[in-house]
Amino acid sequence: MSRKPQPLFLERRSYRQRRLIDAARLLPVLGSVLFGLPVLWPSGPEGGLPTSSAILYLFGMWILLVWLSLVIARHLRDDDSDTAGDSPSQPDAGGWR
Amino acid sequence: MAVTASLNLLVAVCLGYVALLFLVAFAAERAALQGRGGWLRSPVVYTLSLSIYCTAWTFYGAVGYAARSGLEYLTIYLGPTLVMIGWWWGLRKLVRIGRTQRVTSIADLISSRYGKSTLLAVFVTLIAVIGTTPYIALQLQSVTASFASIAQADPNAAPLEDNRNIALWVAVGLALFTILFGTRNLDANERHHGVVMAIAVEAVVKLAALMAVGVFVVWGLGGGVGETLARIDASARGHWQVDGARWAGLTFLSAAAFLTLPRMFQVLVVENDDERHLRTASWAFPLYLMLISLFVVPIAVVGLETLPASANPDQFVLTVPLSQGQGALAMFAFLGGFSSATSMVIVAAIALATMVSNHIVMPIWLRLTGGGAVMSGDVRHVVILSRRLSIAAVLALGYLFYRVSGGGAALATIGLVSFAGVAQFLPALMGGILWRGATRLGALVGLSLGFALWIWCLLLPSFGVGVVISEAVLTQGPWGWGWLRPQALFGITGIDPMVHAIIWSMLFNAGGFILASLVSFPTPLERLQGAQFVNVFQHSARTQNWAGGTAQSEDLLVMAQRILGPAQSQALFQDEARRQGLAGYLPEPNPDFLARLERELSGSVGAATAHAMVGQIMGAATVSVEDLLAVADETAQIMEHSSQLEAKSAELTRTARQLRAANEKLTQLSVQKDAFLSQISHELRTPMTSIRAFSEILRDGGAVDPAMQSKYAGIIHGEAIRLTRLLDDLLDLSVLENGQVSLNLRSGLLSEVIDHAVAATGLENGTLRLHRDRQAEQVMLQTDLDRLAQVFINLIANAQKYCDAQAPELTIAVQARDGELLIDFIDNGAGIPRAAQAVVFEKFSRVSDQKAGGAGLGLAICREIMARLDGSIAYLPGQGGAAFRVTLPLAQRLAAQ
Repeated sequence: MSRKPQPLFLERRSYRQRRLIDAARLLPVLGSVLFGLPVLWPSGPEGGLPTSSAILYLFGMWILLVWLSLVIARHLRDDDSDTAGDSPSQPDAGGWR
Repeated sequence: MAVTASLNLLVAVCLGYVALLFLVAFAAERAALQGRGGWLRSPVVYTLSLSIYCTAWTFYGAVGYAARSGLEYLTIYLGPTLVMIGWWWGLRKLVRIGRTQRVTSIADLISSRYGKSTLLAVFVTLIAVIGTTPYIALQLQSVTASFASIAQADPNAAPLEDNRNIALWVAVGLALFTILFGTRNLDANERHHGVVMAIAVEAVVKLAALMAVGVFVVWGLGGGVGETLARIDASARGHWQVDGARWAGLTFLSAAAFLTLPRMFQVLVVENDDERHLRTASWAFPLYLMLISLFVVPIAVVGLETLPASANPDQFVLTVPLSQGQGALAMFAFLGGFSSATSMVIVAAIALATMVSNHIVMPIWLRLTGGGAVMSGDVRHVVILSRRLSIAAVLALGYLFYRVSGGGAALATIGLVSFAGVAQFLPALMGGILWRGATRLGALVGLSLGFALWIWCLLLPSFGVGVVISEAVLTQGPWGWGWLRPQALFGITGIDPMVHAIIWSMLFNAGGFILASLVSFPTPLERLQGAQFVNVFQHSARTQNWAGGTAQSEDLLVMAQRILGPAQSQALFQDEARRQGLAGYLPEPNPDFLARLERELSGSVGAATAHAMVGQIMGAATVSVEDLLAVADETAQIMEHSSQLEAKSAELTRTARQLRAANEKLTQLSVQKDAFLSQISHELRTPMTSIRAFSEILRDGGAVDPAMQSKYAGIIHGEAIRLTRLLDDLLDLSVLENGQVSLNLRSGLLSEVIDHAVAATGLENGTLRLHRDRQAEQVMLQTDLDRLAQVFINLIANAQKYCDAQAPELTIAVQARDGELLIDFIDNGAGIPRAAQAVVFEKFSRVSDQKAGGAGLGLAICREIMARLDGSIAYLPGQGGAAFRVTLPLAQRLAAQ
């Protein structure tokens, strides 16, 4: 039983889907970074960043994340039963996946 | 238009609103029953139902929080936002598991992941009750407080003597609503459409209310966006003033709580109708959170500015419109707050009641009455009753907590404390769905450590100094052990108490979970469940746990009827029987069916109980190692069988190949024979034609001249000889082949035999040059020398006829080797084509048609002769021309000497 040779060129659509899944996975990382930045801001009643700037930044990033999430959710295909991006599971018990 | 917010009007509006909610829930239930409920299962409704995350604590409390601590309140919303936009990581899997395993609550999920452990289920249920009760009390308090705020503004109303009555009425009303719509049906698969629809309506009301107040504050009081931002910067909260550790810690905490709060789990996983709804919620819910927190800071800042310093910031949402004479707006805001509180209490009560009923009441009741199969009557009413009682009990607990704690400021921090409590489920939950190595012991150890630390570091101190924990313990530690101080464990001081509790409890929880999982060994059922959960996307949705058995279908049906109801269980059994091809009979209790039945039952009574009930009938409560071994054995047998098949098929392939080769040869022979027949008739016909023609001339006296007569007679004679030779050859071959030949054995030198052959072919006069080694040819032979000479003649004549070189040469090489005498005849022509080599010794074989010299019998005769002489003749490839090797046994030579 000879194995079928791997196709050299991946189907463009499924390739896009996998990258989209990557993007969906990375989105919370981006969110954590964006929402984590304020920790570095100058703080305190004197010399602290004006609250209005903080509000504009935080809500701006919030809207950005919502928009990105919307775009990704819209383009991900419905039949997500396949785990195209997942590595095949180990037959052995144990081990993080 | 200024509507004075009178208390009476408020009560009327409130009752009207509640009536509306009843109506909505009732209509939704009816629509779902009649199958018109398509719109009930829309992603929008799912997203809105998630908004029970925003309780009265966030509706009123966020403004108060912002007034006290600035933007830190945002962490409560940022955490869930991150979880939702990261749905592909965890939520998607959680929802899939919840749907395939028919999970009824977070306790059910954790218990079924770790081998359907009852102990874990009970433990998780207890933590959830302890963590949620104060939260329910907080909702009751907020409703009461908002009533009080409105009452204060109503000059006509008598001062409220006892707020607690309001709390009691609210609690009773909520209990009624929850019991009515939350326990209408048993099977968790049939979602609570009425409840979900009602909380979706409430979600819209609370968002609209908060935004209405916000719009009024920004554009009505603040003077536009720019102006309001300027006022914010000028206020006491005008600068970024957030502790980085708290910012990160609280964001993490709210993210964790979003996944683990029993009520959130209920709407996220249990009430989920369609996984695809998650896709919409992934962006829509963060949007909802963003909108609901958008106007919090403006309201807080304007409240701080316009209201006296003594005003409670937690009530700004109500008191700011009230102070501006906006009675209607205040009423709307009140309804928003009321919605937040009631929706949270309803869902939390359903979630907790399901857990308490499935994991505490039902197991105890089953044990008391002696088990599933033998009890009489319909169990359904017992389950429903136990759920209803649990709902009442949960609300009673909340009310009691409210009464006991006095409804004071102590409740203000309860929101975060409660979050931290349920967040202890996180390691067991996420570890369970991501890591197959997670074990029951690990979950128990992690939960215990985290829970204990939470109580010690956060819950007990939160009641206030001196209430449960004395000042001395707080500063010196219990019994003077400084390293056990609740807010400075291990002597590390200076950490914010909340962050301190989160860090230590989560560290010990996760650490204990991982360590105990690593060192313990899971039961087979745990391993199976672990694989099912972790690889939920690879596995088909099946919880295969029953390996054969003696269960009686009737017993199963009796039990199923008691839990699912007669109609539904009969339909289930009939459907299964049809699938098994046994329509009209009871289905066979095969593993598939048992797994399916158990899943159906677990939707009503939880996985652990369902497993135990089926187990009592089946007589096998767990999968044994023997079962697993049997499965492994079967696999091995199948593999062996398949390898045998493979070997057989290889053998068949080989045979087929041989047959094909034989067939090819036969076909070729047949073609040769046909060719020979036409050749032989041609060969016979040509001499016969000339014989006939010349004999006719002689008979008719056409040739008068004697010289001519003699010539014609000569031609006739020659042709007759040719015919005779041809027939001789055929006869000779026939005789040789039939083994009828008699050998004339004589002794002689090989060189003489070759000399005779060379002379017979007339080689001396021809163009063919001959190379011989006369020394090597001095070998004495004892054989049929005439026959041997015949072979040599044939070979030499062949070389004469077919060697196509410019200067044809023939080499006769003789050598003795391995007891054999080898005589090679090698010419310098083109040789015989590879394809013809295989058939050159066959009868009637002729290398090329154009050089038609013989009938193609020569080599066939040679082969037969050599076989008679115990020798052989073979074609010798790769000699630079046609080469034939004649092999004679040397024993004959030795015998001759």
